[in-house]
Amino acid sequence: MSIVLIAEQILNGLQLGVMLFLMAAGLTLIFGVMGLINLAHGSLYMIGAFACAGIASATGSFWLGLLAGLSAAAAAGAIVELAVIRRLYNRDHLDQVLATFALILVFSEGTRWVFGSFPLYLTPPEVLEGTVTLPGGIIYSRFRLAIIVAGLAVAGGLFLLIGKTLLGVRIRAGECDREMIAALGVNIGILYTLVFALGAGLAGLAGAMVGSIQSVQVGMGEPVLILAFVVIVIGGIGSVAGAFVGSILVGMADTLGRFLFPVFFGTFMDPSSAMSVGSALASMLIYLLMAAVLVFRPQGLFGHVGA
Amino acid sequence: MDWIRKMKKIAVALTTVAAMALPAIAHANSLKVGMITTLSGGGASLGVDVRDGFLLAVKQSNNPNIEVVVEDDQRKPDVAVQLADKLIQSDKADVLTGIIWSNLALAVVPSVVNQGKFYLSPNAGPSALAGNLCHENYFNVAWQNDNLHEAAGAYANTAGLARPYLVAPNYPAGKDALNGFKRFFEGEVVQSHYTRLGQDDYAAELALIRATDADSIFFFLPGGMGIAFLKQFAQSGIDLPLLGPAFSFDQGILQAVGEAAIGVKNTSQWSKDLDNEANIGFVAAFQAEYGRLPSLYASQGYDTANLLISALANAEVSDADAFRAALKAAEFDSVRGDFSFAANHHPVQDIYVREVVKEGDILTNRIVALAMEDRSNAFVNDCSM
Amino acid sequence: MSARERGLNIGLASLLLVVPLAAAYFGEPYYLTLATRIAILSIAAVGLNFALGLGGLVSFGHAAYFGLGGYAAGILANHALNGQAILAWPMEIGGTTFMPAIWLVAVLVAALTAFLIGMLSLRTTGVYFIMITLAFAQMLYYFAVSWPAYGGEDGLPVYVRNSFPGLNTFDPVQFFLISFAALMVSLAIFSVLRNSNFGLALRASRQNAGRLESLGIEVFRLRLTAFVVSGAITGLAGALYADLNRFVSPQMLSWHMSGEIMVFVILGGVGRLFGPVAGAALYIFLEQSLGEVSDYWQVFLGLLLLCVVLFARGGLIGTVLDRRNG
Repeated sequence: MSIVLIAEQILNGLQLGVMLFLMAAGLTLIFGVMGLINLAHGSLYMIGAFACAGIASATGSFWLGLLAGLSAAAAAGAIVELAVIRRLYNRDHLDQVLATFALILVFSEGTRWVFGSFPLYLTPPEVLEGTVTLPGGIIYSRFRLAIIVAGLAVAGGLFLLIGKTLLGVRIRAGECDREMIAALGVNIGILYTLVFALGAGLAGLAGAMVGSIQSVQVGMGEPVLILAFVVIVIGGIGSVAGAFVGSILVGMADTLGRFLFPVFFGTFMDPSSAMSVGSALASMLIYLLMAAVLVFRPQGLFGHVGA
Repeated sequence: MDWIRKMKKIAVALTTVAAMALPAIAHANSLKVGMITTLSGGGASLGVDVRDGFLLAVKQSNNPNIEVVVEDDQRKPDVAVQLADKLIQSDKADVLTGIIWSNLALAVVPSVVNQGKFYLSPNAGPSALAGNLCHENYFNVAWQNDNLHEAAGAYANTAGLARPYLVAPNYPAGKDALNGFKRFFEGEVVQSHYTRLGQDDYAAELALIRATDADSIFFFLPGGMGIAFLKQFAQSGIDLPLLGPAFSFDQGILQAVGEAAIGVKNTSQWSKDLDNEANIGFVAAFQAEYGRLPSLYASQGYDTANLLISALANAEVSDADAFRAALKAAEFDSVRGDFSFAANHHPVQDIYVREVVKEGDILTNRIVALAMEDRSNAFVNDCSM
Repeated sequence: MSARERGLNIGLASLLLVVPLAAAYFGEPYYLTLATRIAILSIAAVGLNFALGLGGLVSFGHAAYFGLGGYAAGILANHALNGQAILAWPMEIGGTTFMPAIWLVAVLVAALTAFLIGMLSLRTTGVYFIMITLAFAQMLYYFAVSWPAYGGEDGLPVYVRNSFPGLNTFDPVQFFLISFAALMVSLAIFSVLRNSNFGLALRASRQNAGRLESLGIEVFRLRLTAFVVSGAITGLAGALYADLNRFVSPQMLSWHMSGEIMVFVILGGVGRLFGPVAGAALYIFLEQSLGEVSDYWQVFLGLLLLCVVLFARGGLIGTVLDRRNG
């Protein structure tokens, strides 16, 4: 096993982590500010990918598609917030779970109704095709590298937005005390719609980028949603910094587990059973990680007690 | 999606007509077919194709005595089992068909055939149903699941691929696939790599492949997994020949894979460009009816229906022995050309190697070689019928 | 429980009993299969209703217990059929097709798992609890999918129906009666426990956990007990479901299953004795009738669920009772 291979796998883990962050950041923001658990976040990811694929094949431009993916998901988020989610803020989590579960059914089958049952075509733009050779002789996919860079840039932007802007001040205020922020004369309705649309847009962006190297199909958001849940449980619900650390941890653990477990079991088992035991255990690894975090810090790495 | 509604209407209309003409059901050679297939959720495109191919053949037969009831199993085994109960108990179906997935077939088929009904598989062909669970009332019109993988292994020998890296998901069909490949392959397998089922990121696997000295890649990754793998392979800069079964290169899925698939060799028992009368007619009729090219699954649905129609012409379903013999005779014009049944009621057929090409704006396949001639299956001796 | 609700419950139970038997008598045995399915899924939902309705514990991972119950039944029957021992050491344990034994194992396995998951997840509350129960169920799902010994993704066919002394379980009527009886028993358990001191404390813990602690009642243990009982009942349902379908698959462990079980409870009315029964019956009815209308029936199902959450709080039973009162 060479250093180059390990370095490449670490980059892969980073790429998965950055993607998870785009999903988890929206989820955790929405929970932090509005106290809402949104199961339909994966649907917004799917909408982003479908809109991107649809526009990219209609116009021939990936970049227009990417923009469309981001805006379509943000718009869908805003509409859903105004029509449905708004009525759920004062409800208990149970109602929120059921309502957003219902939204998944509507979105998934609705998308299939509009786009048909076949997966859609979406491919990275030409400038990002192929590979680059990084220092140390690591050959790496140009598009994956771009995803890492874009994801880190969005993460940086998000931290700036929350830390330095008026909207960020209000978001942080909303996280601390919902009544007070209304008393300060902030239009809480608009703030909530904005935050929801922001989270949705991030999910849509992730969906559009990932859709280019994976498969644009109905139901693509659900596995990612579960991973994002694991991420924010580890990181601490409501904490954007926690979501970032959690994402990278989960991305690394998942990628390296899949890569190293079979190797590890191969040292004392025959190759084919090492492969199957290794991959069975690797698929459980992130959940065990989550359990371990819970034993030591039930509120997550960055969470506040009582969140 | 107009055609879906249209087919639904046709199915409903057939049902209604038959229901109104209740006394006429006693008419000789009438047949009720219950189709359980996947019409919603992620795998719906396969079920839709099987259904459309099947209903096209029924329509072309102009046989008013065939009635088809179509049900959606949502790719859930428990739903499929309940639909089978419904079709047998409530709709009084004589023949069941339609199931796409092997695990659903394993759940449904044994109890259906044990109740004395016939089951014709248009797709799923798990080894158990070809071997120790085989049954005289079960016919597979598509393949035994290993067939396309076996053909890929055989082709790899002749194409001079000596050191392939094998990739398949970690589930029973994935294991069967790699075992099938190895059955006739004579070279040295670099690694049999099992990935997580439903996995959509193959960065880790591609990195491993790059680090080996493999000279080719054989992969079995059905559905979205295959699309993701091909796209990421194209982005990875790895320059090795790819080989796989037809599933990831079929008409329905190919447009989503895009140019990344061009030139890839895949094994299949059917291709759009097979030069026989039945196939030429089928491809034209399917395009005229539905406005798209037929897929492998559509061809299987079409053949299944034509087998049934041919049996009905020679026997009544109420006479199970005669009907079974008529099915076994397989006296229909298969779109695959030569077609007969092995002792365990699975096809004996030629399997081809196709290459993905671009015709105008549309990606499709053309035949480049014959991989195996008159291939039967490896489980004939496990079946005591 | 009001007299009105009691009347409604008796009505529901009689409907579930009489309609399928009558349909079977008139040559429509399929309704019997549907009713059996409703009864079994109701049991699963009664289990969840215990944690959710009484304890306010929003478990989004009850498919775990449902699936484990199913796998317990499937694995035992499978070993009984092929004659291999499940465990050779420290003592030899073989398979069985004896239903009561299978039920016992299913209940114990589900209870033990609920205990372990509860120990970890009950350290948290609210939205953490929802996500953690979901994640643990997913973990078991992925394990079942990738563990090849019992079929993995393909699932495990059960080629025999397990036996019950004195009954012919292959007869749909008798199997339906077994399932119906099991439902009645689990409803009785729910009813007795709800009105016991334990049930009162559990309901109080939902309102004000702090006060209970100050009264010297350990809320964690209370909740854990409720969670284990809840998982055990759902496990029983899983074992019956395996027998109904003659098949177990990882699908039983998937998060859609968890969602469906939760939908049954909420559709019917959270915390209501017969809520799960009403919810499961309505859901199956919708699934059957909407499926006739459109390939995309789940869109309409989703919209309907949305309306229930937004406008018909209290579920079917709550709404019916309100309407009659108003």
